[in-house]
Amino acid sequence: MALTGITRPAHAQIRVLDMDKAVHHYGTILGLIETGRDAEGRVYFKAWDERDLFCLVLRQADTAGIDHFAFRVLDVATLDQFEIDLEKFGVPVQRIPAGELLGTGERVRFTAPTGHVFDLFAEKEHLVDPERLLNPSPWTNEAERGIAPVRMDHALLYGPDLEGNLELFTKVLGFRLSEAAYLEDGTTMAVMFLSCSNKCHDIAFGRFPEPGKLHHISYRIESWEKVLRAGDIMGMNHVPIDIGPTRHGITRGCTIYAWDPSGNRFETFSGSYDPYPDWQPIRWTIDDLGRGLDYPQQKLHETFLTVVT
Amino acid sequence: MAVTQRHRISIVGTDIEFPCPETMSVLHGMAQLGRKGIPLGCRSGGCGVCKIEVVSGEYERAKMSRAHVSVEDEAEDRVLACCIRPKSALEIRVIGQINRAFPEQTKTKDDGAAIPPA
Ligand code: FES
Ligand SMILES: [Fe+2]
Repeated sequence: MALTGITRPAHAQIRVLDMDKAVHHYGTILGLIETGRDAEGRVYFKAWDERDLFCLVLRQADTAGIDHFAFRVLDVATLDQFEIDLEKFGVPVQRIPAGELLGTGERVRFTAPTGHVFDLFAEKEHLVDPERLLNPSPWTNEAERGIAPVRMDHALLYGPDLEGNLELFTKVLGFRLSEAAYLEDGTTMAVMFLSCSNKCHDIAFGRFPEPGKLHHISYRIESWEKVLRAGDIMGMNHVPIDIGPTRHGITRGCTIYAWDPSGNRFETFSGSYDPYPDWQPIRWTIDDLGRGLDYPQQKLHETFLTVVT
Repeated sequence: MAVTQRHRISIVGTDIEFPCPETMSVLHGMAQLGRKGIPLGCRSGGCGVCKIEVVSGEYERAKMSRAHVSVEDEAEDRVLACCIRPKSALEIRVIGQINRAFPEQTKTKDDGAAIPPA
């Protein structure tokens, strides 16, 4: 499949209560690489196998949660077209100037019906060791430092208007539904998983009374064994684990949900499968959502439903 | 060898009591014993589900999200159980306001939280 339009989830900017603790968590325990700090004091990180300058921006604040989530689009012409399409669809957009985030071009910003702020952009500096582009080794020392995910993979966000987001993401932004869980009526979605690639999910949304909430940001791990290793590292460092290590029924991902020192949930995740654009979405019923969330344990954990930032 | 001081945490209006080391948050002290009573969330001061009122006793506090604990709350001992460590025996009351995904399908009478006295 040719990747056009939105090519990938690119970064999240999140709020942290204590920057030093957050930097230790994301830099040393999760093992991301710190790639910059800006005049506002924000700290930038990338995963070892990513090429973009950053996938995570930390901002010191007195609340936790997510400021915005961003997608990288193919090129500047695509970005301009998305701006036109969003406005035509009745979604107000705003241009964020180039350089507002380090090494990043202009962003087109909009707020989704679930209350989340999204940015689209076409340009962000690459930061790659030239050795990685000529006869490279399959992995590096950084791939073993801390949990060391290969990339930021997706996010699950909670808010009220899932139908509005489904319309916007499928009709304007080129996403498609890969899986969804439905309430008792069989038509109202409880959780939905959307893809802009042939990953099972690039973004997901859950129905929640409050808008703009962060459920988790997910980091891709290469194997189930390495998810277990991530669990050991969390134990060694007293990182509070929410769920796992286990496997989701939905998306089939092997997973751990845990919390950063500000209470923002993150996921270390491997596995899943690769759906194609012609595939029919998979349905889950509310009665089997327990296995959808935690297949072996077969239960809907209370914290999945109630704990967000 | 220094002995870790433990303090008794009791939830008023219930028969829930547990000992909590001075070095641990009240919420973690409860959770690591496998006990229930205070809703268990992020354990890091961000989500607000563990909000309690300290009715009596001394404690130390860490940073808490202002989305859940206002300056006034803090002054009146309404705090997050995951962000306080006991310095003496504590009597507490659970006051967390919990929002829940698709409540019609998942709400139960007892979510593992202590029902605060009327
Ligand atoms: S458990 Fe999340 S704030 Fe205490
Ligand atoms: Fe996930």
